[in-house]
Amino acid sequence: MLAAEQSKEDTGRVVYSGPANAAVEFLKKEFVGDLLAEQANCDRIPTLWFDRAKVKAVLNCLRENSFAGSRFEMLFDLTAIDERARVHRDGQPSSEFTVMYHLMSFSGNCDIRVKVPLFDADLVLPTVSDLWSNANWYEREVWDMFGIRFDGHPNLYRLVLPPTWEGHALRKEHPARATEMEPFSLNDVQTDAEQEALKFKPEEWGMQKKSEDSEFMFLNLGPNHPSVHGAFRIAVQLDGEILVDAVPDIGYHHRGAEKMGERQSWHTFIPYTDRIDYLGGVMNNLPYVMAVEKMAGIQVPERVKVIRVMLSEMFRICSHLLFYGTFAQDVGQLSPIFYMFVERERIFNIIESICGARMHPGWFRIGGVAQDLPAGWEKRIRELLDFMPARLDEYDSMVLNNGILKRRTQGIGSYTTEEAFDWGITGAGLRATGYEWDYRKQRPYSGYENFEFDIPIAENGDCYDRCAVRVEEMRQSLRIIKQCVDNMPAGDYKSSHPLTTPPRKEKSMKDIETLINHFLSVSWGPVIPPTEVSMAIEATKGINGYYLVSDGNTTSYRTRIRTPSFAHLQMIPAISRGFMVSDLIAIIASIDFVMADVDR
Amino acid sequence: MAWEVGSGLTISAILLVVIVTAAMLIWVERRLLGFWQDRLGPNRVGPFGLLQVVADMIKIFTKEDWIPPFADRFSFVLAPAIIMIVILMSFSVIPFAPGLGVVDSNVGVLFVLAMASLGAYSVMLGGLASDNKYALLGSLRAAAQMVSYEVFMGVSILGVVALAGSFNLREIVIAQEDGWYVIPQFIGFVIFLIAGIAESHRLPFDIPEAEQEICAGYHTEYSGMKFGMFFVGEYLGLVLISSLITVLFFGGWNGPEFLPPIVWFSAKAFFFIAFFILLRAAIPRPRYDQLMSYGWLFLLPLSLINLLVTGAVILLEN
Repeated sequence: MLAAEQSKEDTGRVVYSGPANAAVEFLKKEFVGDLLAEQANCDRIPTLWFDRAKVKAVLNCLRENSFAGSRFEMLFDLTAIDERARVHRDGQPSSEFTVMYHLMSFSGNCDIRVKVPLFDADLVLPTVSDLWSNANWYEREVWDMFGIRFDGHPNLYRLVLPPTWEGHALRKEHPARATEMEPFSLNDVQTDAEQEALKFKPEEWGMQKKSEDSEFMFLNLGPNHPSVHGAFRIAVQLDGEILVDAVPDIGYHHRGAEKMGERQSWHTFIPYTDRIDYLGGVMNNLPYVMAVEKMAGIQVPERVKVIRVMLSEMFRICSHLLFYGTFAQDVGQLSPIFYMFVERERIFNIIESICGARMHPGWFRIGGVAQDLPAGWEKRIRELLDFMPARLDEYDSMVLNNGILKRRTQGIGSYTTEEAFDWGITGAGLRATGYEWDYRKQRPYSGYENFEFDIPIAENGDCYDRCAVRVEEMRQSLRIIKQCVDNMPAGDYKSSHPLTTPPRKEKSMKDIETLINHFLSVSWGPVIPPTEVSMAIEATKGINGYYLVSDGNTTSYRTRIRTPSFAHLQMIPAISRGFMVSDLIAIIASIDFVMADVDR
Repeated sequence: MAWEVGSGLTISAILLVVIVTAAMLIWVERRLLGFWQDRLGPNRVGPFGLLQVVADMIKIFTKEDWIPPFADRFSFVLAPAIIMIVILMSFSVIPFAPGLGVVDSNVGVLFVLAMASLGAYSVMLGGLASDNKYALLGSLRAAAQMVSYEVFMGVSILGVVALAGSFNLREIVIAQEDGWYVIPQFIGFVIFLIAGIAESHRLPFDIPEAEQEICAGYHTEYSGMKFGMFFVGEYLGLVLISSLITVLFFGGWNGPEFLPPIVWFSAKAFFFIAFFILLRAAIPRPRYDQLMSYGWLFLLPLSLINLLVTGAVILLEN
């Protein structure tokens, strides 16, 4: 299989795969002379540079037209790079800031990137929030983090950082640590200013105080509320108990993970990834280490792939169990969560016996995993595989088949596949609308092509369906884990590639060259060749992607973490208008988000 | 002083037993929920955690008794007292055993219903006086829910009243010596049970205080002993509803001779208390409007039909 994959890598995507190629050809014809450059990256996603005067037309063209029978349905990501300190930029137009649009075609199974060069003196470009609904928050985030303005944006306020924040955090001149800044102080004048900024003014949130026939009540749901699952706030506009509008407010859980990515070495950033979707554990390591491996050109051994898949699927079950329990709890069912924690505990025990930690093992490494599996590792997993299916059936009868729960969740918060694309919804939220698309099947990574499993889908895209899809996914994950246990390949748990971190040690004490190399790799960490890469996986909550820019250094130049929860939260107002407060809670519960995954 | 209906000794004994039972239910409920939910529950303070209630009480008495500055002071203090008082008053007409009770009222059934109606003021005032939006939503829901479910509650027990030919709860028990009313009045029993949960606003009908939706609903702003009174008031309500079910549908103290009547009464009442706790562990919460339409469109017609059929049967038999 290894040989097969390699040949695909060698021959397959030098010319971009079908629809992406057609799109590139089309754009080259349509915008003759406007194409500033075509950038080559190791992930072989076509990356086209356009001037900001043309970018909206280009994006519109990509959105409206179909190429080789498929469309670019989703604005997968929109972010920026501060290029001012970057050294290796061969073949790229000069710029001080670059805005990057990452479009994804689900029907054509390919991606395309569009980049726009900008200069510090004039950081403006047209908004695309009228083309894709989800661009709204992405553009606000870029404004917040880089100070790039989007002309025509409906409410270009800070999104993640507080409104009183000074500076733009992801610019290179902004310090990464509090110790690099002046000591924090708050005098009376500043206190008053901060207090003033906290005042809730409905107009600033795009809400009216009253309509013609009624005065609205504004309910502040969060940032501490029993069912917002973390520090998350929704300003709810109510007419009686009916929701007129609900505006999410995020950023309370922001820890600057992307900034840390530019500060930590390639290796030492791995444990930070665990805390992005903190219910996904080592599954968060996977897109990051795979992205670094791609840049470094590391091929990992088969055993590593299967170990990674096995642990990722265990974490998927853990995360889904927690979702399932809290979903039931949020519609008022007290007990299921306690039962589900029994299995979750079992899985954590297995993970602990393999990784040494439970929720955040940080166990994947560049080029492998931290350690080999312990002796007798399969015993507890087999027990779990015997124990769990019957329990899942029991939960079905308790939760999914419960009449009250059905009445509370069916037909609530539903959306169509088209709307899902428009809002950047991925994962179970997309599959619940009846669209069968799973990263593990459509773009197999880490050897998923060798496993037999089904992609569960539903029809209506409502709260109930989102839950039902995840429940079925747990059964499929169990199938995958069983295949991992039955067919665990022998071999190394670490690649022999020199950039593997920490490197293999067999030869390091034999000659001085390997010793020096080993010493540098361990102390400074690996030096990754300059390139850019996007790598995504089917994470617990949807598609989780890392976009890494290497400038040929021991740290990442830009670490962009595209998380599913961020996109999903943005859709809350659109699917909850006209429902009741209780329904909003069911909708929030059914989205399955983690605030750390939203704010990063 | 003697053990007879209305004597001072009886009254104080009943008052003490009822309040202690309600307080102990905190422990009972937590232990039972723990048992059903595959976990331990409170088991640290005293044998089997029995003294947990004492610890809770010490905590609740010594907590800062805070009244929010924006609250309406008078009604804020009054609200938790109302629920305690009206429920304790209701116990006065419950016949626990022959010769054991506070009063033998000829309008016992009506008195209980009247007190239940007054109980609605407690949650409404509590929520309104708090001047908190969650509390407001909670008391709005509570007002609608309690006022609606009182209607079916009243109608559902009219069948029993018709069969017994009396509003006196003691006479209703005596009338069941030959057979419990749960059999001829099964529909009435089910409706009364549902309305009873709604009246005591416990899960699945805890809509006025739905934690996941509106924090703690009408008692969001309450702390210390005032919260404690709402809390114990809820358990008192639970004991009351269970006692009423026992009295109205399950023959009260009636039972085989080998156990004294008060034991029969307690056993039956405890069975229903445990049943209510099990319901809490098992069932999710319907939405507020679903609860309303269920009540008005399903329970009300059903209870009316039940009453009509009962009346017709009684007429035919006579």
